[in-house]
Amino acid sequence: MNPTLTLFKRELSSYFATPVAYVFIVIFLLLSGSFTFYLGGFYERGQADLEPFFQYHPWLYLFLVPAVAMRLWADERKSGTIELLLTLPVTMWQTVVAKFLAAWSFVGLALLLTFPIWITVNYLGEPDNGVILTGYLGSLLMAGGFLAIGACLSATTRSQVIAFILSVVVCFLFLLAGFPLVLDVFRAVAPQSLVDAIAGLSFLSHFNAISQGVVDLRDLLYFLLVIGFWLYANAVVIDLKKAD
Amino acid sequence: MIETSALTKHYGRFTAVDNISFRVEPGEVLGFLGPNGAGKSTTMKMIAGFLAPSSGSVKVCGFDVESRPIEAKRALGYLPEGAPAYGEMTPRAFLGFVADVRGLSGEERTRRLDDVIGRLHLEGVLEQPIETLSKGFKRRVGLAQAILHDPPVLILDEPTDGLDPNQKHEVRTLINAMAKDKVIVISTHILEEVNAVCNRAIIIAGGKLLADAAPAELEARSRYHMAVSLTTTETEKAKEALGAIPDIESVEIDPLDERITAFPRKGKQILAAVSDALKAQGVAIRELQLETGRLDEVFRSITQPHTQEARA
Repeated sequence: MNPTLTLFKRELSSYFATPVAYVFIVIFLLLSGSFTFYLGGFYERGQADLEPFFQYHPWLYLFLVPAVAMRLWADERKSGTIELLLTLPVTMWQTVVAKFLAAWSFVGLALLLTFPIWITVNYLGEPDNGVILTGYLGSLLMAGGFLAIGACLSATTRSQVIAFILSVVVCFLFLLAGFPLVLDVFRAVAPQSLVDAIAGLSFLSHFNAISQGVVDLRDLLYFLLVIGFWLYANAVVIDLKKAD
Repeated sequence: MIETSALTKHYGRFTAVDNISFRVEPGEVLGFLGPNGAGKSTTMKMIAGFLAPSSGSVKVCGFDVESRPIEAKRALGYLPEGAPAYGEMTPRAFLGFVADVRGLSGEERTRRLDDVIGRLHLEGVLEQPIETLSKGFKRRVGLAQAILHDPPVLILDEPTDGLDPNQKHEVRTLINAMAKDKVIVISTHILEEVNAVCNRAIIIAGGKLLADAAPAELEARSRYHMAVSLTTTETEKAKEALGAIPDIESVEIDPLDERITAFPRKGKQILAAVSDALKAQGVAIRELQLETGRLDEVFRSITQPHTQEARA
């Protein structure tokens, strides 16, 4: 069997070895449902679409995805299994990618389990299912971006709590990169071109574009690049910090 | 075969391993000795390919650990310090995982798994999460993982640490049984272990290689080597008798148990002389023995000047 696949399977099944997986999925489903109906005004809007459902995903992911990612490497470091893992005949990349894909599949599964809302909206009206599909795609990609950040930061520490807090902060910055809250800080010290570049890094604007049914290759590429960059950083961090 | 040349590891300004070169051939069981923080674990981590050396190189079965890591790691079984394992997995799942990553499949996979499970007596705990197992079983799961693919090179970092005397004996028996055609490196600070399993010992302290010899040769460096010790009810009379033997350099009496030790002059054999002298004086001896040397004393005299409290 391909070693990446073996690592992937072990990682994914480790989520389900403890109640963590079930707790996460239940909370995700409860929160995404209640946000849609209470905050999003799903019924009151009188429109057959899932915008009230998707618009809260960034904020849900902000806290839930770092919770999924925090154990990826911090736990390996704390228990010492990182030494075991990295002395098996696999490359660093296989390990980093397998772990990320396992976490991503897990979040993907949670996302898949929101299907009743899709059935509901199709029962109530005639939504544009193409837009709903791109909404799911955007949501999954954004979760991947958050996860890659969380995986990298999880490798910097032995403590899952620190990994979680660091990830929430960095994810928050990426989420709001296009908003005054973040940009004003940079305006004070950085040239305008850099400020514009930072504004372009916002998860939220790229996600909104995709989830409204506009699949621009640049938005897809953006998330894939974010994932690639943070996974690369993940491998570098492990290499630098494995001696501690 | 393991070959290290000028292996060095710095942590910032601290030198954990300083220019260590050695070569281990199949059939050798090398004991890595040294005080805590001497650089034993760091050296083993570099051999296992976990840490990259700051300078110098390691070859495992001819493969450079840095430029051909996959081949080197395939040839290697490694038990990290503390025998880490995924606590939520059962030994069966964990060993199955390691077997899959190591590319074992089909009949060979089953055969190897059965073999290590039998050798380490894991049958009774196969379905229990590893985190619920006793220290001894955890260590055995770690060992099972290391020998699963029957590697030509084994690196075991403190394989018997925390085991009870029976378990220690079992692990040593296991190591001896595998020793014939493998390269085995074990680290320990239990000196009796060296005599029990190793046919070669390396002493390091402060990151430097200080001695590399067979355990018997190390013992011969002890001032107790070839000394004669005895216990008797008539301590004073015995001391007098020994004082008259010209080949004896000095006589010491242990204040605790009154054991008398006679140290010979360099290169002299004194056992017969001691025995004769005591018989002639009519001293009743309870027990008399020729000392081979004390490894702990040699260990202390070699490492003490270099010992510094440092990271392990």
